[in-house]
Amino acid sequence: MSSQDILVVGEVQAGALAEISLELLGAARQLADQTGGQAVVLLMGEKLEAACDALGGADRVLLVEDPRLAAYNSELYVQLLDSVVAQEDPRAILIGSTSIGWDLAPLLAARRGVPMAVGCRRAWIKDGTVCATASICGGKLLADLALDKSPAVLMVLPGSFKPPEARGTPARVRLNLSVGDPQAVQFEKLVLPEAGDIDITTQEILVGVGRGIGQQENLEVVEQLAAALGGAVCASRPVVDQGWLPPTRQVGKSGMTVKPKLYLALGISGAPEHQEGMAGSELIIAVNTDPRAPIFEIAHFGAQIDLMDLVEPLTEVIRAKKAAG
Amino acid sequence: MNIIVVLRQVPDLIEQLELDADGKSLDWGAASYIINESDDHALEQALLLKEAGGGTVTVVGLDFGNIEGSLHTAAAKGADRLIRLAWGEDAPPRLSHAAALYAAAIKPQNPDLVLVGVQAHDEWEGVLAPWLAATLGLPYVGVIRGVWRTETPGKVRVHKEFPGAVMAEFTMKLPAVLGILGAEKPPRYVPVSRIRAAAKSAQIVDQNVGVQPPAVGAQIEQLYFPAKGEGATMLTGSAEEVAARIAELLAERGLLR
Repeated sequence: MSSQDILVVGEVQAGALAEISLELLGAARQLADQTGGQAVVLLMGEKLEAACDALGGADRVLLVEDPRLAAYNSELYVQLLDSVVAQEDPRAILIGSTSIGWDLAPLLAARRGVPMAVGCRRAWIKDGTVCATASICGGKLLADLALDKSPAVLMVLPGSFKPPEARGTPARVRLNLSVGDPQAVQFEKLVLPEAGDIDITTQEILVGVGRGIGQQENLEVVEQLAAALGGAVCASRPVVDQGWLPPTRQVGKSGMTVKPKLYLALGISGAPEHQEGMAGSELIIAVNTDPRAPIFEIAHFGAQIDLMDLVEPLTEVIRAKKAAG
Repeated sequence: MNIIVVLRQVPDLIEQLELDADGKSLDWGAASYIINESDDHALEQALLLKEAGGGTVTVVGLDFGNIEGSLHTAAAKGADRLIRLAWGEDAPPRLSHAAALYAAAIKPQNPDLVLVGVQAHDEWEGVLAPWLAATLGLPYVGVIRGVWRTETPGKVRVHKEFPGAVMAEFTMKLPAVLGILGAEKPPRYVPVSRIRAAAKSAQIVDQNVGVQPPAVGAQIEQLYFPAKGEGATMLTGSAEEVAARIAELLAERGLLR
């Protein structure tokens, strides 16, 4: 018989709690209120006290502190998480759809032979079963899922839940788990992006290009448009994967998070991973030939048109308007 | 270095997706298929490792969609061995079944390194690369953007991507499974003539590993297209008319100063 608790796997970055952890706690609070259990947060790392202070919405906080956990290590983290799950026997485990979550959630579910859902946007309990709505196929489809075996592992998309209200100071429980030396995976260092490129997070106007750009040569006219607007060019992941723009220009889950005054999305379908990095933009104008492109759901204005037909006339009219003052 | 790459076929999202009559699955027969993008990067990374220090690249694909074309393309790019796993169903296997099938084919190959794309857009109940690692009992790191040989035999150096273009560098003891997000270079282009030549000369080894499907976890209750919300206000007309309207919108908001 599993407990009715909901376990959140929190993430700590540079000693501070990552925003996704509070969003997961918001989801856990909702689920725990339905199961009658507790919302429990697990933090693994070194010197976790400061991160704990933000977790007023939790019922309990479980801490595993060790210098060997200072940097993320999939081998150590999944072993410890597995031990905590065996000890706590939660009804559901919530993990962020992040670089770390993409390791831990499936590794844990596969090790324990329990059901998992990827890309969760909603979660609820129905007749005792954990249910979730998952976004798949780049956000073009939604799936309502039932995960009837415990514990259900949900990998949750950032931005899907609000952090909960603080309820007081949760109990902090230091777990006395043995942390061994890693046998196969050794963290060496962090590699920071090379300095010199522009910082797209500080730009007020961004022209984002996606797969619809077609080929690298087409970037030249987009650069001219960005220059006319007084902004910079950024991109979704496929463009960076092709090597057409450096990783410092990538917007999304594994890139930068931007909030410009204008985000002009050209040929970007708007997969959840990209939306995560730009949905907070003040004005979003999307141009895409696919009327079902998810980007149109979050854009303020859109046009179903080939970006290569639009870019040059748009550059001309902007230059003309600026010249006219 | 004995490198195995998993290649998968996924529905092409450029085409309109259609749902099955029961509303619980895709109409797989109506979909057109392409190679899974991050698997293509996994293949490229394998070829780069081979070119940097020797070894063999074996590509394993399930007989689904246009896998034969993907295997021939892999051969044209430089893959040494091609294995096609028997699969007679109209829909792809469930994730845990797929992991068991690939594991049964890969384990006898005694790989040093197994490279799998870190994601496929039709995955909903898990992620194949780490699931395969767990099934094989091998260490795993995913969201990888580059793999390099080390001076020490039996190890590789990898970069795992974090937000802000920050990379965490790890040394991995082999054998291991890596979930590839992007190769250190973009996937290479091969002309159609070379793919045609490979289709004539490359040998595809057909295997039937005959693994029974494990118990499945999550169930799809309903599959559906997202409801159209208010969404964007659509601008219509010719390219020039749309351009003029966008410029007006920007001017109204003081963004053309």
